[in-house]
Amino acid sequence: MSETVVTPPDSALDTTELPPETLTLPLDAWHRAKGGRMVEFAGYWMPVQYEGIMAEHLWVRTSAGLFDVSHMGQLMVSGEGATAALEALMPGDFAALKDGRIRYSLLLDENGGILDDLMVTRLGRQEFYVVVNGATKWDDIGHMREHLADDIVLNHLDEQALLALQGPKAVDALARVVGGVEALGFMQGGSFDWQGVTLGISRSGYTGEDGFEISVPGTHAVALADALTAQEEVKPIGLGARDSLRLEAGLPLYGHDLDPDTTPVMADLGFALSKRRREEGGFPGHARIMAERDGAATAKRVGLIVDGRQPVREGATVVDADGNDIGKVTSGGFAPSVGAPIAMAYVPPVLAEAGTKITLVQRGKQHTATVTPMPFVPHRYVRQGASK
Amino acid sequence: MSRYFTQDHEWIDVDGQVGTVGITDYAQGQLGDIVFVEVPDEGRQLAKGDDAAVVESVKAASDVYAPVGGTVLEGNPALADQPDLVNTDPEGEGWFFKVTLADDGELEGLMDEDAYKAFVAKL
Repeated sequence: MSETVVTPPDSALDTTELPPETLTLPLDAWHRAKGGRMVEFAGYWMPVQYEGIMAEHLWVRTSAGLFDVSHMGQLMVSGEGATAALEALMPGDFAALKDGRIRYSLLLDENGGILDDLMVTRLGRQEFYVVVNGATKWDDIGHMREHLADDIVLNHLDEQALLALQGPKAVDALARVVGGVEALGFMQGGSFDWQGVTLGISRSGYTGEDGFEISVPGTHAVALADALTAQEEVKPIGLGARDSLRLEAGLPLYGHDLDPDTTPVMADLGFALSKRRREEGGFPGHARIMAERDGAATAKRVGLIVDGRQPVREGATVVDADGNDIGKVTSGGFAPSVGAPIAMAYVPPVLAEAGTKITLVQRGKQHTATVTPMPFVPHRYVRQGASK
Repeated sequence: MSRYFTQDHEWIDVDGQVGTVGITDYAQGQLGDIVFVEVPDEGRQLAKGDDAAVVESVKAASDVYAPVGGTVLEGNPALADQPDLVNTDPEGEGWFFKVTLADDGELEGLMDEDAYKAFVAKL
């Protein structure tokens, strides 16, 4: 028996640009003590699973799961003109972003190709907290430093760990440890004191469930992880389930579903193009992106439900009736909460309509699939926090 | 009846000229939750080392090789609806296929249970 296809659980890694040795994160020993199976990922040792991907996935959908995502890049962008500086690199309306509010955005190259997807939180008048993918963080920092004016300060918060607590019971568990978080609504963040340290907590995540992301000093990560997993609702969850959860939630994964050959329109991320920015422009690739919105896009990201039970994974091709390659599967796997194989693929726009039957080829074998609106599992975000 | 093991984590039980093939408990533990198994059709001719079956977990697809050559008698029909039998009973109800051995001599070089245990202990 041998593994022929391995789907990495999170962002792509370009091994040519990795540091030579695999690094450890603050919770390394904690994961191992909890039975985490550690794999190299984005240059770090990360837990891919504990008791099993299926059980962990279903636990998050019904209770709460703790994810260590400390490999991700936590950046601080500040200085006079920071708002305009970020708007020059991304299509988000950061001028309209209120304090403590979060926006999903895209770092674009000059052609409108996607360099990374990320979360931007406004902390103050000219201060933003930005979370980027682990595998792309060094490139992102280089790109931002190159394009930001010299008087804009870019700090890499590399001594902060990042935890995500996700699931319908995350709010109950976290509120018991850090009072007040229940008042946050979806895509809202704030600072909270916990045992004398400051936690940056946002109500956001990557599973489609209600939940939180918590920035904690690395020195206090173990104590916080212990306090959270001491709550009966909470179990530690690995990267494997993180991938299956985000796939069901229809959320793209950088390096797989998004890369510099894709644009916000192709990737069906039009919501990240705010109205003011579409009209005013001033972000990289504006002309091309507007033309693609008017019908010039050559491909579109869609969700697929695959017939039968066999997973169709990244690398499979989309073919026409004559067997010609016309698209590709960028993510795929068995969806534990759907009970069927699902996938994301880029297809010609004419095939992007929900209900369209398409043909896939994987390792010489044909599969049929149906274009399906995403998410595959409804999002359960809590848009308004509890009133105080 | 004797049980043999391969370095690729297949097992084969041999009873007369009939072998029953599956993957080991160690292998299923490494793969994790099995969601799909493709077994060979009756009558298929296999040479030793051929890709005989496919097993898919949540995270990966893997080939299962024929530990010996021969003619497939049947694939395990239960795996179509219950692929998780490979997780729950890998060396019993989770068998993959039965084969009529072409050449007993191909069993030489496979490991017995003790040798396989020692092999896995070093991984």
